[in-house]
Amino acid sequence: MLVLESADTVGGLAGSREFHDGFNVPVAHSVNHFSQKIANDLDLAKHGFPASGKSLPAIGLSADGSHVVVQGNQVLGVDTSDAEAFPRFMAQMQRFATALKPFWLKTIPRAAPGKLLDMATFARIGLKLRLLGKEEMREFMRIATLPARDLVDEKFEDERLKAMLCWDGLIGSKMAPRSPNNAILPMLYRMSGGCAGEPCQLIEALHASARAAGAEIRTGATVDRVLVRADQEGLRAHGVILAGGEQIEADRVISSADPQTTFIRLVGIEHLEIQFTNRIRRLRSDGQVAKLHLALSGLPEFTGLNQPNGRMLIAPEMDAIEFAFDHAKYGECTTSPVMEIVIPSLADSSLAPEGQHVLSAHVMYAPYRLKGGWSDAACETLRENAIDTIARYAPGIRELIKHSELLTPADLERRYHLTGGHWHHTEYALDQLLMMRPTYEAAQYSTPLPGLYLCGAGCHPGGDLTGGPGHNAAQEILR
Amino acid sequence: MSGKTYDAIIVGGGHNGLTTAAYLAKAGLDVVVVEKNAFVGGAAVSLELHQGWVYSNCSYVCSMMRQSIHRDLDLTRHGLILVPYLGTVNFGDDGQTLIDYPNEEAAHLELKRHSPHDADSMHRFQADLGRYAQFIRKTLLRTPPDPTSIRPRDIRELLFLGKQIWSLGEREMYEYVRFFTMSAADFLEDYFENDLIKAAMASPGIIGTALGVYSPGSAYILLHHVMGDVDGNIGAWGLARGGMGAISEAIASAAREHGAEIRTDAGVAQILVKEGKAAGVALENGDELSARIVVSNLDAKRTFTRVMDKKDLPPGIYEKAKNFKIRGSSGKVNIALDGLPRFTGVPDNRYINRGGQGFTGSLETMERAYDCWKHGRWSEDPFVESVIPSAWDPTVAPPGKHWMSNFVQYCPPRLAEGPWTPEERDAFGQAVVDKIERYSPGFKDLIVHMEIRTPHELEQEVGLTEGNIFQGELTIDQLLFNRPFPGYAQYRMPVRNLYMCGSSTHPGGGVSSACGANAAREILMDLKRPNTVPEDDFYDE
Amino acid sequence: MNTVDPYAGERLKKTPFYPRAKVLNIRDAWAAWNGYKFAEYYYDAEYEYFCVRNQCATYDICPMQKYLIRGRDAEAMLNRMVTRDISKLKLNRVTYVLWCTDEGRMVDDGTIFKLASDEFMLTCGSSCIAWLRMSAYGFDDVSVYDITDDFAALSLQGPTSCAVLKKMGLEGIETAKPFDIQRFPFHSDTLMVSRTGFTGDLGYELWIRPGLALEMWDELYAAGEDYGIQPFGEAATNMTRLEAGFIMPDMEFNEALKTIHFEHDQTPFELNLGWLVDFNKPHFNGRSALLKEKEKGPKYTLTRLDIEGNKPAEESYLYSDKGCKKEIGYVTSAMWSPAVKANIALAMVRTDCLKGDIWAEIYYAKELRQYHKVARCTVKDKPFWAPARARATPPPDY
Repeated sequence: MLVLESADTVGGLAGSREFHDGFNVPVAHSVNHFSQKIANDLDLAKHGFPASGKSLPAIGLSADGSHVVVQGNQVLGVDTSDAEAFPRFMAQMQRFATALKPFWLKTIPRAAPGKLLDMATFARIGLKLRLLGKEEMREFMRIATLPARDLVDEKFEDERLKAMLCWDGLIGSKMAPRSPNNAILPMLYRMSGGCAGEPCQLIEALHASARAAGAEIRTGATVDRVLVRADQEGLRAHGVILAGGEQIEADRVISSADPQTTFIRLVGIEHLEIQFTNRIRRLRSDGQVAKLHLALSGLPEFTGLNQPNGRMLIAPEMDAIEFAFDHAKYGECTTSPVMEIVIPSLADSSLAPEGQHVLSAHVMYAPYRLKGGWSDAACETLRENAIDTIARYAPGIRELIKHSELLTPADLERRYHLTGGHWHHTEYALDQLLMMRPTYEAAQYSTPLPGLYLCGAGCHPGGDLTGGPGHNAAQEILR
Repeated sequence: MSGKTYDAIIVGGGHNGLTTAAYLAKAGLDVVVVEKNAFVGGAAVSLELHQGWVYSNCSYVCSMMRQSIHRDLDLTRHGLILVPYLGTVNFGDDGQTLIDYPNEEAAHLELKRHSPHDADSMHRFQADLGRYAQFIRKTLLRTPPDPTSIRPRDIRELLFLGKQIWSLGEREMYEYVRFFTMSAADFLEDYFENDLIKAAMASPGIIGTALGVYSPGSAYILLHHVMGDVDGNIGAWGLARGGMGAISEAIASAAREHGAEIRTDAGVAQILVKEGKAAGVALENGDELSARIVVSNLDAKRTFTRVMDKKDLPPGIYEKAKNFKIRGSSGKVNIALDGLPRFTGVPDNRYINRGGQGFTGSLETMERAYDCWKHGRWSEDPFVESVIPSAWDPTVAPPGKHWMSNFVQYCPPRLAEGPWTPEERDAFGQAVVDKIERYSPGFKDLIVHMEIRTPHELEQEVGLTEGNIFQGELTIDQLLFNRPFPGYAQYRMPVRNLYMCGSSTHPGGGVSSACGANAAREILMDLKRPNTVPEDDFYDE
Repeated sequence: MNTVDPYAGERLKKTPFYPRAKVLNIRDAWAAWNGYKFAEYYYDAEYEYFCVRNQCATYDICPMQKYLIRGRDAEAMLNRMVTRDISKLKLNRVTYVLWCTDEGRMVDDGTIFKLASDEFMLTCGSSCIAWLRMSAYGFDDVSVYDITDDFAALSLQGPTSCAVLKKMGLEGIETAKPFDIQRFPFHSDTLMVSRTGFTGDLGYELWIRPGLALEMWDELYAAGEDYGIQPFGEAATNMTRLEAGFIMPDMEFNEALKTIHFEHDQTPFELNLGWLVDFNKPHFNGRSALLKEKEKGPKYTLTRLDIEGNKPAEESYLYSDKGCKKEIGYVTSAMWSPAVKANIALAMVRTDCLKGDIWAEIYYAKELRQYHKVARCTVKDKPFWAPARARATPPPDY
């Protein structure tokens, strides 16, 4: 079992990177629902994950300091009616999330003749929902494709709270609060529970666990192509060739790269079929999130917050998110970005020198396909707009900045070999989920090329740090 | 005031309500339709708003009218003839034209002029569209199943639908999910490269909808608008001779012939509920009518939040109705013209000049128009879909004169500053005229009369809440077994003896009579009367 | 210009040979093919058919779609697309190919001309540019160009065709083997001639720049004057190709990308074109699916039938019993063959019924009265028309 990683350290988007002397940060700045089952299977607790296990509170910031705070199923800072409605809403969503949860760790069967037994999986999903009660099932049928905005407008009044709830469904995707169809399932996926913690600790624990199980892990080893044997039996993947020219033979090649990188770049379409290639090519993988990293000489003060130790959202109302998105549709970048800010050095002091801090922000919407491209000027404009935006909530932050960097989706693509710089490898949309992720002939981790498998976020159940795709792929391969 | 108890009162004389009335009357029921306007038809009406000119001032074309209903109710004898119109010209932002010729070879050559690749790809697109349309069309004149129930009827229907889907073959089942869930623009990416072609194909996806071409779900709306047919020509649209009112009048005439009573100027103030069952209506003028059942042709929101007392509703229903999405997004500008307008770039082709016009622009233009709606403004550069019925129909304008129907996306139900005012409405109308003038210099000089309708006018006159032309958004959360609410998608409403028959029920909007017919079938089943509603019949089966 | 034709956008296009065809189409019998005006017949369909079988005749193939595929990856791209191994195709040779979807359903058939090591011409009956582009995606160095209008093409078929070309001055044309390409100087340009055709007989296809099309026609017709040269149209083409056993879209098969109903398109094995599927080639589109189909065997097989009587079995159902109880297939194309004097058809027959009795249920009218006949069918292993001269090199003069 050999793992080949192109960068010098493992972890991908969750791996920590020194972006300024003494300051480290991962691109993914929080783990919210890593599978408990996987953590148990791989004995991650023994290897140091999760350390604290608690999810960060979500804080919807207001410029005047009166913030909304969501912790678990409680919300503070809103009117009584919203405060009372919130736990009821969360409980219902939790019930749906729980009913769907087992399927994130299952291979989704294809809907094909001869697979009728497999299709019992679908019947089971239906049954689980039905067991919630007729009304609950009907409500699920209704809300499953609702835009996030419509759902939260039904339940709540407070704009910041509504924006926060929408955010959790759409972050990382090319959608906004008004976008139908693809909002609720990701929300439920993200509510499926599991371990919360620091990405760096997760990566270290996984790394240690894999090594303990006997896996060999090589870093600085960039795979250039998958080796394909072509003879009268057909085609077969039989190894890889690295950038330096070294060839490595293997019975199986398992790619956790995104499907477009895997099939188009590493395998080569000449080994694939035409319509399959087209289905991979047309996967929508335009990243929309830019990453802002600030190396700060001290802890910034956010108006009205004792400690900035949560997931802080700058999205004062749903329209703020929507109108920022409207620019991105046309390949433009908004001048009023919305963002999610975390100061990870508060929980993990090793990320910055003593007393100093790292600010990590997901900035939206920074479209991968910016008109004119992500020139230095465009980058700088967004970076400065983002910092100005933060400064409205944390005045004085500029004085603390020792260094700032903005990674656009184009940067993420380059650095992480990630098509479109897209977090989830490809959009989390209904037509690209379940047995259609990335496409039906590669949705069960094997691919049309014998010997080649997929195990990354481009397969079911998708992105975020959950371990799901890797676990499911392993299960399939071992079968 | 009469002491009589009808078998059924139908609230609202839209085409669906009239259809329900016709079929109930045909089964021998004593039926009365109560309509608030002086004329029936709802949004399918012909109004002479300027002497000599007859506007179809709401809906303007028809493709979804169920052929079996047309034949079964003998609508031709009652005065209805639907004729397809030939071809549409789509105009790009820069004045480029894309003409939809009615002949396959000609249409291909025209597409090839813009993009040989797209001309070729169009074959695959049409095959795919045809495949998906076939499935949906089979569901139109059928009652949706309730997936939460284990009643044999629902299971049979689920199996029927499942079988239709299964017959697509595995790959196409997944492609169908794409069509059902993607945005029109993204969906079309897989077929076309030319922006004007994409825009022309995408534009049906935004009709009547508070969604943009880039919004997921707009591909389904596209399907909804191209799955109709006229005599087997799938995707063709027809004009009713005499305007859309001819459809409603024909159905009304058939209903009367079967014994139904139709009362106009009889708006309903409240649906009366006694001991938890619908028992009749109270009219605005104070009269009360009682009936064994009440059938609402009003939309779901209006029915439960305007003409019913909240206390009469079971718990949760008022909220469901409040949450029912029925946002207005469309405007209509009906213009009487002194002559036939000419459009730049369109040759003096007597056939194409009688067709329709799509002021489409580009995908970006259409999406920016949608952005305006989000900001509570009408679109300055709107998408306009037009047709000149008088170029074909001699009954709706004096000879040599014409009227043009202009359907506009987008137009918000309320402006950001507040409700619509006459000034704002006129400014909106002017923006539409300005846009047409860009493509037809001199158009303004032909204008003899204009009727400008925002969602406000649509609501006031027609009773469509917020001016939504489909009586509810056509999004998955409100379609099929979710329409209008999950659990109440079989025309029976949460209150006993209350039914619904308008477009707020399956299959949704469009002048099809399908909702009304399906409701009638369910009602007759409940009342244990023989079914008078025919089944659908198809050319491609 | 004030006299702009308002219907110009709708009218069919005309091929470079139209000025000559117009004069010769005495019956004004026109059809359409790929947006071009195209003759159904010129004088009399059966007469034109006999010209093809007895002397020689020309067929306007300008509307046929032609694509140039060029680049270092041109061969790789085409080899992935078609089922046959074209790496074996030599320079200046032509080969008949078909291509399939991922599921092994036939998209279309056509011919590939190898014009240079990195340059191929693909011809087919319907437009194909979208599929070609989809197939080309991902290759580093291949470009696809639609050259349909860049070539005027004329098919010359029939026993005297070689003689006519020799008379025209094409020296050495008799050395061309079937599927060879030769080039000849013609005025300021080059005339390309391939020994290919759709009639199952001796014949050639002539390819020239549109600007010289009429010159070529005139010289050809001058040379052919004494050899009975005559233009023929769609009707005669259909007759000759059916005798030769060639398939046509919308008759024997549905192009997969245009088919609405599941599996109403065909696989190569169903069309009896398994010989075009080369499993020795490690990879081509549809390979896995076709391998499975080959192992399972196709449910239906396209078959040549010789039918008793002389009433063509158009659109007939086929049965395994004279009582017409058990349906086993249907006729795709049928005709009475004047040259062979046989009632012939191509038909889709259940593979497991090929060895048994086959009956065709034929309806025909006599002075408006409908009649019904059940005729016995015999499976023919060989094409109805395959004269030796079609393969002879050098070919005879008549």
